[in-house]
Amino acid sequence: MITLTNVTKKYSSKKALDNVNLELTVGKLIGLVGENGSGKSTTLKLIAGLKHPTKGEVRVNGELVTRRIADSVSYLSELDEYYSFFTVEKTIEFYASQFKDFDLDKAYEILKFMKLDPKSKPKHLSKGNRGRLKIVLSLARNVPVILLDEPFSGLDPMVRNSIVKGLISFIDLEKQLVLITTHEIREVESILDEVVAIKDGSIIGHHNVEDLREEKQIGIVDWMEEIYG
Amino acid sequence: MADMFHSQKPIYQQLADRIKKQIISGELSPGEKLPSIRETGLEVNVNPNTVSRTYRELEMVNIVETKRGQGTFVTEDEGVLRSIREEMKNEIITIFVQEMQEMGYTNDDIQSGLGEFLSKKGENEA
Repeated sequence: MITLTNVTKKYSSKKALDNVNLELTVGKLIGLVGENGSGKSTTLKLIAGLKHPTKGEVRVNGELVTRRIADSVSYLSELDEYYSFFTVEKTIEFYASQFKDFDLDKAYEILKFMKLDPKSKPKHLSKGNRGRLKIVLSLARNVPVILLDEPFSGLDPMVRNSIVKGLISFIDLEKQLVLITTHEIREVESILDEVVAIKDGSIIGHHNVEDLREEKQIGIVDWMEEIYG
Repeated sequence: MADMFHSQKPIYQQLADRIKKQIISGELSPGEKLPSIRETGLEVNVNPNTVSRTYRELEMVNIVETKRGQGTFVTEDEGVLRSIREEMKNEIITIFVQEMQEMGYTNDDIQSGLGEFLSKKGENEA
C-alpha cells in the first residue's frame, strides 16, 4: 500500500507536485497518466525513495520512505542504461547480487517468455529487446511494489504487446501493486484496475476503470478528454 | 490487442458474453474446464483481476462452477444452458429490432425482410 499525504515537491522554485494526496492499495495495476512535465516521474521517484518531498510524507506499507525503501520497491527508470561490458546473463546476476529478493528462477522464466538470448550484450540488443530486458529485471523481484516509468515509450507494437503479456503473466496480484506511467493508453486500457490523472503537479482524478465503463459508459481515453477539457 | 473489447462497457461483462457465446456455439462443452484465470488473461490481454471477476459473475448465475483446487467448469445443467441460449438470442434480436424501428421500419417490413433474407441465404447455401 502506498500513501502520499500533502506531498509537495519543489525543484528550486518550480513546484513539480503540489499538495498531493493519494492512496493506492495492493493487488492492483494502476496507471498514472498525464502530459510531459505533469509530475508523473517525480511521483514515482518519491515512492522509490530517489527524491524527498519538500513537504508532506510518502509511506509504503506504513513505512516512511527513505533510500532504504529499495528493499520493498522495484523501480524501472525511463532511462536506458546498462553496463556495456555485461551480457544479459551477467546483468541478471548483478541484479541478483544487489537485491536479496531477486528471484533468479523467475528472471530466467521471464527471459524465456520474452525470447531474449542470455549470452547477448545489452548494447547489441535492439531498443525493443532492451525494453524487454528492463521488464525482466523489474518483475523478477519479489517485492510488494513495482514502479514502471514509461515502459512502452518508443517501442513498437509487438514489443509493447509482449510487455503487456509479461505483466499479465508474472505479476502476483495477490501480493503486489504495480504503478505504471504511460502515454500509451490504448496499450493498457484492458489491463488497468485504476487510473490516476495528474496535471501541473496536482491529481485531478482517480478512478476504478471498470466503474468508469459501468457507471459512465466511457473508457480511459474519453475520461481523460473529459477531465483535461 | 485491446481491440477485442471496446472501452465503453465493463470488460468483465464483455468477457462473460464471449464465454456465453462460446458455450452456445459449442466451442466450450458442458462440463468442460475453463482455462485458468491467467491463461484467459493472456489470451485476451486482460488483467487477471478482471478475468477473476468474470468467472465469479458467471458462477453467481450458475453458468460455471468452481471446484476447489480443480478449476472452473462449464455447467452441465440443461436448464441453465437453455436459458443462456434464449437470453443471448433475445439480446441480439432486441438490438436488431430497435435499430430497424428507429429507422422507421414497420413490424411487417422487419418480418418480411428477415424472411426474404433467410430464404435467399438458404438458396445460396443449398
